[in-house]
Amino acid sequence: MRVVVQEEPFDLAAETARFAEGEGGSGAIVTFTGVVRDLDDAPLEAMEIEHYPGMTEKALRKIAEQAVARFNLQDVLVIHRYGRLIPGAQIMMVATAARHRRSAFDAADFLMDYLKSRAPFWKREITAKGESWVAAKDEDEAALERW
Amino acid sequence: MDVLYFAWVRERIGLPREKVESNASTVAELVAELRGREERYDVAFSDLSALRVAVDQELTDFDASLQGAREVAFFPPMTGG
Repeated sequence: MRVVVQEEPFDLAAETARFAEGEGGSGAIVTFTGVVRDLDDAPLEAMEIEHYPGMTEKALRKIAEQAVARFNLQDVLVIHRYGRLIPGAQIMMVATAARHRRSAFDAADFLMDYLKSRAPFWKREITAKGESWVAAKDEDEAALERW
Repeated sequence: MDVLYFAWVRERIGLPREKVESNASTVAELVAELRGREERYDVAFSDLSALRVAVDQELTDFDASLQGAREVAFFPPMTGG
């Protein structure tokens, strides 16, 4: 299990290859990557992500441990960035390795639902019109009830 | 104890962290003390349903005990991922 919180970009291909190398016997590897998307109404200049150093790492580790136990994962990787990101930049990735694909897909989905609402990150959108904090969505909280 | 603020809570109160001397036994009591200090605190804590709290870096609720607590953080609902 590897959990990383960093400001600098990560190399998706290299991280995925490194994760896969250690998982010869797993059978299934799923990766998900979150990317800064442009806005519908005004062009997004940047997204700033604030986090709670110390708690962030603990919260991510706890979520990853829950995923390992619940989906019987062989391994899990979580990388999440903070700081100023431009549209198109990779924000975060998860990778899961399991014996069978269903567990690997479900675990990645579970990780994403929990990362959205239970990891202490806060996003702020910066446009030519001004800056605003991204509000949490009710549906993100409701998504946790699936699990 | 150390009290930390994040995102718009930090902006409204105007600082990221401070030392607070308090005899509050629960988070709710600490909130009441802070609200009594100055208007900026009162405004920031006016709607607790819009806030989340962590005690010693574990998410909890406003009824939680502060016994032995070293760090309390207030912030809006998280938007990770």
